[in-house]
Amino acid sequence: MSSIPFATDLADLAPVAVAGPFLVAAILVTALPFTRRHVELIAALATSLVVALCVALLLKALHETGPVVSRLGGWQPRPGGVVVGINFTFDSLGAALALLAAVLVAAAQAFTLRFAAAVGATFHALLLVFLGGLVGFALTGDLFNMFVFFELMSVSAYALTAYRIERADSLQGALTFAFTNSVGAIMILFGIALLYGRTGALNLAAVGQALAGRESDGLVVVAFAMITGGFLVKAAIVPFHFWLADAYAVAPTPAGIVFTGVMSDLGIYAVARIYQTVFQAPLAPHAGGVRAVLIGFAVATALLGAVMALGQDHLKRLLAFVTISQIGLGLIGVGLLTPDATAGVALLISADGLLRAGLFVCLGAVLHRCGSVYQSRVHGAGKAMQRVWPVLFTAGTLGLAALPPFGAFWGKALIEGAAADQGYGWIPAVFFVATVLTAAALLRAGARVFLGWGAQSTSSSDPREPKAEERELEESRRRVPQAMLASAAALILAGLALGALPRVIDRAQQGAHVFADREAYAAAVLGRPIPTRPPVAAAHIGAFEVVLALVTVLAAVALAAMLLGRVRIPFTPPAGLRRAAERGFLRLRRLHSGQIGDYVAWATLGFAVLGGTLALAT
Amino acid sequence: MSFLPYVVAVWVCVIGLYGIVTSRHLIHAIICLSVVQSSTYVLLLAIGYRKGYAAPIFIDIPRSTKAVDPVVQALTLTDVVVGGAVTALLLAIAVQLDKHLGTLDPDELDPLRD
Amino acid sequence: MARQAPPRRRPGELSFAGRRRLFVVGAVGLAGLLLWGLAGLPDFSTFTPVYGQVLNRVAVEERSTTDVVTAVNFDYRGFDTLGEEFILFAAVLVLGLLLRALAEERRGKIDDDAPRRHPGKTSDAVRLTTVALVGPTVLLAIYITAHGHLTPGGGFQGGVIAATALLLVYLGGDYAAMRRVRPLTLVTTAKAAGAGGFVLIGLGGLIFAGAFLQNFLPLGQPGHLVAAGTIPLLSLAVGLEVAGGFVLLLSELLDQLLVLRRRRERRSQ
Repeated sequence: MSSIPFATDLADLAPVAVAGPFLVAAILVTALPFTRRHVELIAALATSLVVALCVALLLKALHETGPVVSRLGGWQPRPGGVVVGINFTFDSLGAALALLAAVLVAAAQAFTLRFAAAVGATFHALLLVFLGGLVGFALTGDLFNMFVFFELMSVSAYALTAYRIERADSLQGALTFAFTNSVGAIMILFGIALLYGRTGALNLAAVGQALAGRESDGLVVVAFAMITGGFLVKAAIVPFHFWLADAYAVAPTPAGIVFTGVMSDLGIYAVARIYQTVFQAPLAPHAGGVRAVLIGFAVATALLGAVMALGQDHLKRLLAFVTISQIGLGLIGVGLLTPDATAGVALLISADGLLRAGLFVCLGAVLHRCGSVYQSRVHGAGKAMQRVWPVLFTAGTLGLAALPPFGAFWGKALIEGAAADQGYGWIPAVFFVATVLTAAALLRAGARVFLGWGAQSTSSSDPREPKAEERELEESRRRVPQAMLASAAALILAGLALGALPRVIDRAQQGAHVFADREAYAAAVLGRPIPTRPPVAAAHIGAFEVVLALVTVLAAVALAAMLLGRVRIPFTPPAGLRRAAERGFLRLRRLHSGQIGDYVAWATLGFAVLGGTLALAT
Repeated sequence: MSFLPYVVAVWVCVIGLYGIVTSRHLIHAIICLSVVQSSTYVLLLAIGYRKGYAAPIFIDIPRSTKAVDPVVQALTLTDVVVGGAVTALLLAIAVQLDKHLGTLDPDELDPLRD
Repeated sequence: MARQAPPRRRPGELSFAGRRRLFVVGAVGLAGLLLWGLAGLPDFSTFTPVYGQVLNRVAVEERSTTDVVTAVNFDYRGFDTLGEEFILFAAVLVLGLLLRALAEERRGKIDDDAPRRHPGKTSDAVRLTTVALVGPTVLLAIYITAHGHLTPGGGFQGGVIAATALLLVYLGGDYAAMRRVRPLTLVTTAKAAGAGGFVLIGLGGLIFAGAFLQNFLPLGQPGHLVAAGTIPLLSLAVGLEVAGGFVLLLSELLDQLLVLRRRRERRSQ
C-alpha cells in the first residue's frame, strides 16, 4: 500500500459512531472471563468518543446546505441513479438525535458508576450495542438498513429489559415488548418489500425518485401504512402503545433512562424521515388526508397517555405514560408535515427527552433510597433525601410542561404555530389538556414522595398487594451516590438550557428545511449539485403563545394542588358523573392487561385502521 | 401470470398472528411469531423470482446468463438470522420464566398489570 | 390440542372471545390492505429489480466473487450484516446471563447427576452414526464457510452447520461428553472475536481504503479460493460468531431442559 488514503472527510468517520461501540462491546465480552476491571471506564470512554463524534457530525451538518452523505464500502451511485451500497445520509436533525442517544447512554453509564458488582460487563456491552443501534438508525439512509437497525435496537432493548433474569416481571415485560415490536418490524419489512417490488431500490433517495414520477396507488398507500405503523409501534402510538408501560416499568433504571429519553422518539423521527424522502412526492396531492390521519392517531395518544398517567401509582409506569403522551404531541408535529412543525418536534423531543431521562434518574434515586417506586409505599419517604432532589424533580416537570423560556416551550410554540397555518387551530387545546394532566400527575407524585403531601392512598388502583421490589443496587440504601445526582442534574439542566443555545430555533428551522427537502436529499445521495433553497422565514412566536404556556403551567399546578387536597374545590361534581368517570377509567386501565394476545390483537387492528383511514384519505 | 405467492405470504402472516392472539402457551406463541416472520421470506423471495432464470452464482455458468435477483436473497438471509436471534432470545426468556413460575400459560402468568 | 377451560379474566378485561373478535376484525382489514398493496406489484415472475440486475452484471468483475449473494451480504450491503451480527451478539449475551445464573443455581452438581439422567438409553447404532458424522459435519462447515465467495454458502450457513456438530455429540454421546467438547470460555471468546473481527476489518477499510467496510486487500481472480479481498475474511468472522452463538444457544437450552426435567421429576415424586 503505497499511499494511505486515510479518510479525509469527517463524514467518512460517521460509521465509527456505530462500529466503535460494537467493537468495544465485543472486547468487553471477550475480556469478561479474564478480568472485570476497568469495565465502566472502557465503556465510558467509548461513549465519550461517540458523543464527541456526534458533536462533530452535528456541527458539520449545520454548516452544509444539504444532507451529509457517508458512503459505506466506498460505493458510488451508478448511472441511472442506481445506489448499490448503503449510505449514511443525515442532516442536523439526524445528527442531533444520534447525539441525544449518546448523551443519554453516557448518563446511564454515570448512573451505574461505582456499582460494578450489581451491573456487570454484560450490561455495559448490551448498552453499547444498543447505542450503536440507536445511532445507526438515526443516521442511515437505506430502507432495509433501517429495518436492521430497528431490530438491533429492539433486540438489545429486550435484552436490557430482561436483564434482571431473577425477576419474573422483568421477563414478562421483555416478552410483551418483544412480541409487539417484532410484529411491527415484520410489517415494516412488508412495506419495504412492496417498495422494492415496485422500484427495485432500497436507498431512500432512489426509492423516492422512482416513486416521484407516478400517481400514488394502493401499493404506495399500503407500503406507507405498514412502514409508518411499524415505526409507530416503537413510538408507542395508540393502539400500539400497550407494551411500553409494561416494559419501562420493569427495565433497570439505566436502561429506562435511554428508553424514555430517545427510543420512542426515534419511532416518530423515522416516520418523518420516510415520509419526507420516500412518500412526499407521490402522496403530495393527498397530504391533507395523511395529515388528518396522523394527527388523529397523535391526538388520541396524547390524551390517552395523559389520562393514564394521572391514574398510576407506580412511578415508572407514570413516567411511561407521560412518555406516551408526549410522543403523541411530537407526532402531531410530525403529522403536520411542514418544516416548521418538524423544527418544533426536533426541539420538543430533544428537550423533553433529556428532561424525562433526568426524571427517570430521580425515580431511580427514589427506588434506591426508599426501596420502592409505588407512590403509596414511599409516601413522604423522599423527605429523607437531600433537598436538591425535589428541586430537580420540580424543575424537570416544569420544563416538561413547556414553561417559557425553556427548550420545550419553543418546540411547542413552533408546532402550534404550524398547526394554525395548516388549519388545525384547535391543536393548542390538545397540548393544553395533555400538558396539564401529565404535569399535574408528575407534580402530585413529587409532592407525595418528597413532601408527604396529600392523603396516603392505600393504593386505590391496585387492590392486590404490590409486588415485593428489590433494590436494583446492593449497596447501602443510606446515601444516594453522587454520580446519580450528577447525572440527574446534568440531564435536567441540559434539557432546560437547550432553549438558551445560540440561535437554536433558527438552526432547528434550517435543519428542518434541509430535512424536508426531498430534492436536496436525492441530489446529495446521487452526487448531483444541491439545488438552492429560498431563505427560511423566521418563525413568529408571539405573546399569545407565552401567555398560553404560562396559563398551562399554572393550570397544572392548580390541578395538582386540588388533587392533593391543598386547595378546596368550590363545587362537587355530581356523584353519577364521578362514578361514570371512574368506571370508564377502570375499563381503560383494564385494557392494559399485560397479555401478549390482547396487545397483538390491538396492534393488528391498529394496522388495519391506519391503513384503512389512509386509503380513504388518499 | 400468477398472484398466488403473494397471497401465500399474506395468509402465512395472518394465520401466524391468529396463532399468537389465541395462544395458550408461550412456546406456541413464539413459534407463531416465527411463522409470521416467515411470511416475509416468502414475499421477498417471490418478488425477486423469475422463472427459468439461473441462481446468481456465476461459477459454472457464463457471466451473461440471466439470473434472479441476488438482493432479495441477501435480504432474506439477513432476515432469517434476525428472526432466529429474536426467537432464541424469546425462547430463553420463556424457559427462564417457566423456571420462576412453573407455567407458560399466558393466563396463569401474573404480570405487572394495572 | 385438547380443549382447555376458558381463561380467567378480571372484570373489565377483554374476554378471550372479545379478543378474538377484535383480532378477526383487524386481521380481515390487514389482509385486505396487504392484498390491495400487493396487487400493485408486477405479476409474479415478471419483475427484474434494477438493483439486482446491476449487481449481477458488475459484482463478479468488481469483487472477484462468483456468488453475487455473498458479495451483497459482505460488501455492497455489508453494513446490514454488521447490524445483524450484533443482533445475534445481543441475543446471545442474554443467553450467557442465563447460563451463568444456572451455573450458580446448581453449584456443580450436574456432573454427579449426569449418569443418572442418561442411563445408556442411546443405542449403539445411534452412537456410532452420530460419532461418525461429527467429523464430516465440522469439515462441511469449514468448506461451506471457506467457499462462500465461490459457491452458495458462507459464514452463516457454515456457522450453523458447525453448531449442529454439538447436537450430534449430544444425541449420540451423553450430556457430560457434550459439556466436555464445548469449553464455554473458548466459545464465548470465539463468538466475540468473530463479531469484533468484522468491525476491525470494516475499520481496516476506513484506514486503508477510505471508507468503512471498503475492500483493502488484493482482489485476485474470480473463481479462485484465495480471492475477493475482504469477503472471505468477513465470512470467516461471521462463521465464528454464528457458530459460537448457536453453540451457546443450544447448550443453554439443553441445560435448562435438563434442569427443568429434574425439577419436574422431583416435584412428581
